[in-house]
Amino acid sequence: MTSDKSPVAPALSRWKVRRESIVGWLFVLPALLMYAIFVLVPLLLTILYSFFHWNGFGPMTWVGLKNYVTIFQVPNLVGTIVNAFWLVVWFSFIPVGLGLIVASVIHRVATGRLGAIARTVLFLPQVIPLVAAGIIWGWLLALPGLINQILKAVGLGAITRAWLGDFHWALPSVGIIGIWVLLGFCIVLLQTGITKIDSALFESARIDGATWLREFIAITVPLLRYEIGVCLTVTVIAALAAFDIVWVSTAGGPGNATSVPGIQIYVLAFTQRSVGLASALAVMLMVLVVVVILPIQWLTRESKR
Amino acid sequence: MKVGRGELWAGRALLLVLMAFTILPFISIFMTALHPSGTVPSGLEWPADPQWRNFLDAFRLAEMPALLLSSTFIVLAVVPVSLIISTMAGFAIGLLRIPGSRVLLFLFVFGLTLPFQGIIIPIYFLERAVGIYNTRFAIVLPLIALFMPFAVFWMRAHFVNMPTEISEAARVDGATTWDLFWHIQRPLAQAPIVSLGILMSIWTWNQFLLALVLVEDPTQRTMAGALGYFQGHYANNVPLLCAATILILVPTLVIFMLFQRQIITALIQGSIKG
Repeated sequence: MTSDKSPVAPALSRWKVRRESIVGWLFVLPALLMYAIFVLVPLLLTILYSFFHWNGFGPMTWVGLKNYVTIFQVPNLVGTIVNAFWLVVWFSFIPVGLGLIVASVIHRVATGRLGAIARTVLFLPQVIPLVAAGIIWGWLLALPGLINQILKAVGLGAITRAWLGDFHWALPSVGIIGIWVLLGFCIVLLQTGITKIDSALFESARIDGATWLREFIAITVPLLRYEIGVCLTVTVIAALAAFDIVWVSTAGGPGNATSVPGIQIYVLAFTQRSVGLASALAVMLMVLVVVVILPIQWLTRESKR
Repeated sequence: MKVGRGELWAGRALLLVLMAFTILPFISIFMTALHPSGTVPSGLEWPADPQWRNFLDAFRLAEMPALLLSSTFIVLAVVPVSLIISTMAGFAIGLLRIPGSRVLLFLFVFGLTLPFQGIIIPIYFLERAVGIYNTRFAIVLPLIALFMPFAVFWMRAHFVNMPTEISEAARVDGATTWDLFWHIQRPLAQAPIVSLGILMSIWTWNQFLLALVLVEDPTQRTMAGALGYFQGHYANNVPLLCAATILILVPTLVIFMLFQRQIITALIQGSIKG
């Protein structure tokens, strides 16, 4: 398969080979042009803007790295990056950890109809717009909403509050929305991975009387390394670049309690007209995503089946 | 299977709790939507007098027909074009292996982790400059481009595994590159093309940030973008907002119920390959 075309190549003249590759490039050209114009050029422009002070219409003033320095000096801006890492815990670690447990439970006790129904139901939040998820949970977490209603019913009426308006609880509350959206995706992805593991391994473990926990630690987790990596990658990107859910449910508030880079970039660029600073934060966000994703890829890639 | 009885029931209970956690929010907004417009009900409370009219009001206030038309237009403008150009590119990179295909692949893969926020600012200014700001094309053109990393990568993954014998046989019979692509390889790539089409349709329908930044008029936006606009205006009328949210969810839920197997498979494969 690697020595493609070799039986035909000698039959073609050199001119024909060259024509071939020109035709081949014509096939790539439309996709490449769109990508270059609307992604690569804007990407370079974002980097360029980040070295300027600009309000969006007046003259641009070169300020060098000053915008980047500002990000680290202003507590609200550094705060967005700290918040983004907190969201990683909620959007990524919890769904992947819980997803592993649930996926192995489905595999062990509910292989039949219940498992199939659970798969579909749990996957549902993944296909609806994140905006809708934000609106739905904005209502659930409101003062008269379902969450407080449940808390009262179980005798925890003392802790009810407007969760998304509370300085301490707003970020974890946004995190719960992320769990609701991403958990099902992780479960289904990991469960698909488990079904690919040789079932003889599980059977011999069960004949030896292995408990769920032993089976989980000795077989499921190590053999799912690649799928875990995929789950982590997808959810970490969702956390670091979060926008829709946060914008709709809290818009970054109260104060800056849930402000993340995605929100701050939007606010800086389009309401405060600090285009240069917004661009610098956007560049930081892109670097951050790559820096976090690369180690995950390295650690999990080699076991690719 | 040797699984203890207690464990069996504990496992099933866990699943039921999680399913309730997933479903209850939908039930809550459905019940809320039936309360009199403008009131503030409890989270889960069946109304004394269900107001089915709320759905009608929300349908009218949100200009649903215009929204459906707009979203459908955007999907139809984005998805077919993206499918054609990414399949062509995937074919050239994966099967023809044109000179420079490694560099091209790297260039596209590089875009896979790119957050939309990384490019939205210059796109805003560029679109204002060329005058497509606040039209549907303001969303369509960048979205096609933003899909390219994933779409090209996905199609290349298909073509790179196609046996070269088929192409060689066609070559000997005198087929041009275009014949090879359109008459031989494209029909063979039907399955990955359909999956990719489903994925990109959902992502387009649900796209929010581009709509928010690049289009002010909600009737020129995607469904998600329009819902964001509606929330901004009716945030205080909880029953009406819930009714509008349900209306906007209905098309998505119907499509999901009809194609759940394909959608789940496509989304899972999409992330495993990507």
